[in-house]
Amino acid sequence: MSWFVRGILGGIHTMRRAVRAESAPGTTPGLPTSVSPATAEQRALEAICPTNAIVAEDGGVRVREERCVHCMRCSPAVTAASLPWRDDVAWVRGARREIDEAALRGAFRRSIHVRVVDAGDCGSCLSELTHLNDPLYNMHRLGIFVTPTPRQADVLVVVGPVTEQMRSALLEAYDAMPEPKRVLAIGACASSGGVFGPSFTSAAGAGDVVPVDAVLPGCPPPPLAILDALLALTGDRTR
Amino acid sequence: MTIRTLAPDQLVAACNELRLAGWRLATIAVTDSELPELRYVFWNTNGPGWQQLRVAPPSPMPEGVRRIPSLTPTIVAADWLEREIEDLFAIDFEGHPRLGDFVLHDSRWEEGVGPMRAGARTQQALVERAWRPRRVLRDEGAFVMPVGPVYSGEAESALFLLETVGEDVVRTVPRLFYKYRGIEKLAQQRSVDDALLLVERANGTSAFAHAWTYCMAAEEILQLAVPDRALRLRTIFAEVERIRRHIAVLRAIVDSTALWVPAARLLELEEHLLRMCGDLTGHRYLFGFTVIGGLQRDVNDEALTRGVARMKAIVGSVRSIVVQLERTSSFLDRIQRVGILSPERAHEFGVVGPFARASRVAYDLRRIQPYGAYQDAAFEPPTASEGDGYARLRVLAEEIAISLSIVEQLERDLRPGPVRVEWTPSAGEALAWCEAPAGATVQLLRLNDEGRCTLLRFTPPSFRNWQSFRWVTEDFAFQDFPIILATCGLSVAENDR
Repeated sequence: MSWFVRGILGGIHTMRRAVRAESAPGTTPGLPTSVSPATAEQRALEAICPTNAIVAEDGGVRVREERCVHCMRCSPAVTAASLPWRDDVAWVRGARREIDEAALRGAFRRSIHVRVVDAGDCGSCLSELTHLNDPLYNMHRLGIFVTPTPRQADVLVVVGPVTEQMRSALLEAYDAMPEPKRVLAIGACASSGGVFGPSFTSAAGAGDVVPVDAVLPGCPPPPLAILDALLALTGDRTR
Repeated sequence: MTIRTLAPDQLVAACNELRLAGWRLATIAVTDSELPELRYVFWNTNGPGWQQLRVAPPSPMPEGVRRIPSLTPTIVAADWLEREIEDLFAIDFEGHPRLGDFVLHDSRWEEGVGPMRAGARTQQALVERAWRPRRVLRDEGAFVMPVGPVYSGEAESALFLLETVGEDVVRTVPRLFYKYRGIEKLAQQRSVDDALLLVERANGTSAFAHAWTYCMAAEEILQLAVPDRALRLRTIFAEVERIRRHIAVLRAIVDSTALWVPAARLLELEEHLLRMCGDLTGHRYLFGFTVIGGLQRDVNDEALTRGVARMKAIVGSVRSIVVQLERTSSFLDRIQRVGILSPERAHEFGVVGPFARASRVAYDLRRIQPYGAYQDAAFEPPTASEGDGYARLRVLAEEIAISLSIVEQLERDLRPGPVRVEWTPSAGEALAWCEAPAGATVQLLRLNDEGRCTLLRFTPPSFRNWQSFRWVTEDFAFQDFPIILATCGLSVAENDR
């Protein structure tokens, strides 16, 4: 039997629900969320957070999501003095201002081409990006395509903290893109430097090198969160 | 472990003696003190055992350079290790055939910075310089075709210089370390718990194996007895990770030959494993699962049993895809007799893991230098002898089945109990190793009595294997390049660290 026939007989495996409604177990690690007021134990979590994502202030605890690296030390599954963890995937937010969905819709309509630049990624963000091709997620049905050339790209996706030796390559890719263009930083490293930056080898994320429009926290953000972020850039997150 | 201290002029002879007696060079570590000491770490292929040769390099020459005899002419496997140390510690290896422009690119870093040395000035050392690849091939019409560092869809950043006279590529020189993050240096300023996060993120797709190795080193220093349940669960999830990573490599091979249907199916099966890990441990890539002293959280027994049943079905599906692939002649044509690594080369270059096992180099640390709960499981690592892309595919497929059998054997006798022990800081130094999905990984760790990491030497399998890549990519047709690359299953992130 040919692979083509086997493929047809395999049927459709793609998720039926909208991206933000999908809730199969194991699709997302979740993210800690801010609480106010917070208990003394919760406020003490500030000291054990390795990337200063947890800030105790005004009697509450504020979580800087873009810094969270999923070390799980404040997870309800690990400690009694935990923060509440969200299990949705709508994690993306504007880097400089709130994502103006209406304004972007005019520029991109419903289809976007994405150029991915690995600027020091550990491989997990890239792996999650690869899974957008997965029949389960199938980004093509949502009008999202990965392109090998920045000349045809609408969105530059950056993963990794931007190492010194990738800095000029990233800049060149950005400069080669036509206007209008958007930059999406994916993962804790690209959003904030993560566990690596800033350091003698790395910047504190993509924002240090190119103008970032939106950041997506997570270490790594799961495929659903990436899909939601890309849909946010097209201006239609309801799909 | 046997430790011997030698004078620099005894080094090469002593290492050669070990080589002839069946010992293999695992790594070279440099202590970061005023008078740096070099540590040559060997492991025994004939039975459990490690050995360290320590050499203090002579005091600096007038120009501030330290010089030591190179091992590379005797043991080729030392080549990249010495190039790396020359870049990072500014130690000169006398007699090494080619040093310079390796970890630190000449286009970005000043010469002789040695950022890993204590007190090295790293901030002022950055430059912007033009760089041109060296061209060796001088035939008429010969040129260098650069691929990278940014290329293809979700490819990792690396530059490949293909020396070609047209259709046929004569040789390939990889230029790596675009993603150099300096994990070994960054770890030195962090607590033992936080340095673990760096090691975990050296290669996100083999995170658990490296994190476990780090934990084993720390636990030996702190003299912790890890609870049996934690030991078994660690072994189980190391095998789950191996299965997942091997499926990802199979997928990449199939994808490189443009067979979309099996590629999509394998991607989906990998996703099911990721979800299983996420469901059982809280993280799809097992981040934050293993910590010093055991596991950060326990796993529900019933959920694990269900997970193993699900995994069995996944592995069954992978098996049937591989069987079909082996009947697809257009696929076999693309991977047979391409990217050949001869057993002699594999041995000489110290190649490890499934990559080596496909070239008849059968070393597997799970068997030869046991750790974790592997002595409780019966298994025999597979080998093949052709050393081509097809041999590597078969070894990967067989390892998936073996890993499943290890998981099933260990899961059967899993008893309830604690999964984590408390600890207090203490100073010391320890070596730990592990058969990561891509092969042997070795870490040398030193902690101080405040619980801070003061030395981390981390030699991952991809670093070993990339060294032989240029011999795998000699005399081939240009269109085979992505296929050869995929069959090698090399991680750039892991190599660059």
